[in-house]
Amino acid sequence: MSQPLLKVSDLRKSYGAIRAVDGVSFEVQPGEIFGVIGPNGSGKTTLFNSMLGQIQPDTGRIELQGEDVTHLGPLQLNRRGVGRTFQTLQVFGKMSVRDNLIVAAQEHQGSMLRRLFMPGDSGLGAKADALIDQFRIRHVADKKAGQLSYGQQKLVDIGMAFMSDPDLVLLDEPCAGVNPSLVGGLSRLLKELNQSRRGSFVVIEHNMDFVMDLCHRIMVMVEGKVMAIGTPAEIRANKQVLDAYLGS
Amino acid sequence: MKTRCLILFTAIAAAALLAAPHFLKSYGIYLLSYWLIYTIATMGLNLTVGYAGQKSLGHAAFLGIGAYTVAILLKAGVSFWLGLPAAALLCFAVGLVLGFPALRVQTIYLAFATLGFNTAVWLLIRNEEWLTGGTFGINNIARPEFFGYSLEGNLAYYHLVLGITVLMGLKLWILLRSPWGKAFTALRDNAIRAESLGISVRGYTLLSFAIGAAYAGVAGGLFASLVQFIEPGPFTVAASIMMYLMVVVGGPGYFLGPVLGAAVGVVLPEWLRDVPGVANWYLPAFGAAVVVLMVWLPDGLLSIPDRLKARREAREASAARTAAARKEVLQ
Repeated sequence: MSQPLLKVSDLRKSYGAIRAVDGVSFEVQPGEIFGVIGPNGSGKTTLFNSMLGQIQPDTGRIELQGEDVTHLGPLQLNRRGVGRTFQTLQVFGKMSVRDNLIVAAQEHQGSMLRRLFMPGDSGLGAKADALIDQFRIRHVADKKAGQLSYGQQKLVDIGMAFMSDPDLVLLDEPCAGVNPSLVGGLSRLLKELNQSRRGSFVVIEHNMDFVMDLCHRIMVMVEGKVMAIGTPAEIRANKQVLDAYLGS
Repeated sequence: MKTRCLILFTAIAAAALLAAPHFLKSYGIYLLSYWLIYTIATMGLNLTVGYAGQKSLGHAAFLGIGAYTVAILLKAGVSFWLGLPAAALLCFAVGLVLGFPALRVQTIYLAFATLGFNTAVWLLIRNEEWLTGGTFGINNIARPEFFGYSLEGNLAYYHLVLGITVLMGLKLWILLRSPWGKAFTALRDNAIRAESLGISVRGYTLLSFAIGAAYAGVAGGLFASLVQFIEPGPFTVAASIMMYLMVVVGGPGYFLGPVLGAAVGVVLPEWLRDVPGVANWYLPAFGAAVVVLMVWLPDGLLSIPDRLKARREAREASAARTAAARKEVLQ
């Protein structure tokens, strides 16, 4: 097996007496879609925030392509090729859809001083247009993102995470608030992006059909610990997981 | 279409600004220069407050630093043309330092931190008599020459101020249309998201303060030569609050907001002074006008077209929904 893209070893984070993340270890391979599931309060979001530099873990180690990134902040992680989406919508409402996508990648275009003398689209106009077409939001490309429907904003939000061609994208509940009829389309879109860009995704999601359909491997977390890691079929067949989380 | 409208507006505005002094007496021309100087200062504050979303109640301090830098350098025999960039550079550096508290505190706490800075600068100006003349100020500040052409007269000096205002406006326009402009807006709208996209919150916050301060520095330098006598009075916290008000009244985050806001803050009170029946009440009338504006237009005067557009779009969307529902019922 090749070197993992992401390696999390024995990660721990406590809030007082509560062990939110308790010795979590896993690896994500290049090109893999890795799902994280578990009941509310199982530590998924704390794990995500630790991996993304939003909070500092107490102990443990996070490696990205072999490099220790445990104590890096969101800015440095983004510069090292990590994209993310948030549980709630995080688009720039007063900017157009196109500008939202451009701003999501412009900081990867040369130095800060050089960007002052670049055109407004930082030379990313064509790339943004290609993503707009892939996400089928051409008809709203010039509208302010804040004026769009929730589902459309969600697509923009996800698109922003992919604009800088990250090696790893962490998607925090991509289906949250999305009309159930659009979930299938979202799954197809993410598979398409995974195929075309060969990027790795880590997905937190409560929608089991979506996770089982999208992910190559799934990790189940309960009370801050890893209960199981396996393919969707293995997870479905795991009695412990069925009892604790999925049910019959 | 939008660009064509903007070019047309700019051409008409330029013609009006060039023609206006010919219909005004000396004080009117002086007032126009005063307005343009505050336009430059509030352009900078608009960048800090309106585009980058920071709170600053210390902008008058930079106006003061700029004014005193130019005045002191002129008295030392340094050319105005070196003094003005020096004022801008000094304010840029001080603005950069003032930006650091913004990395730790936000909203009202940042406003108070900048307010404290303004008070400190004001006290420094007032107490360091050996340098600033203290409460006696610095008088007989010269107006510059431009390639041997004296700018001593109000009209000539107005043309200089107008030229520099256009230049500063153009620079800001270019900056806001560059990727920096988008980064400032992203920082204002959602700093956490901006950082997750690789936008340096620290870098752009400091830059927004520093560039905004440099604009005030230039305005301060022009102010010193306009009034030809400076003392600590115009650089108090009250002046900072007034400048903040100008940005808010014009429309924070609107490019032309400071032009309108400074007109409301500088020209409107003077104009009200001459309106029959209002003359004795011009300050309460000005206060009432500001209250009305804030109640009805909290996003400033330039938000009117956007509000009308939003209302029209909502009406059209409602009509479309009604038509679709009617069609469904008929089928």
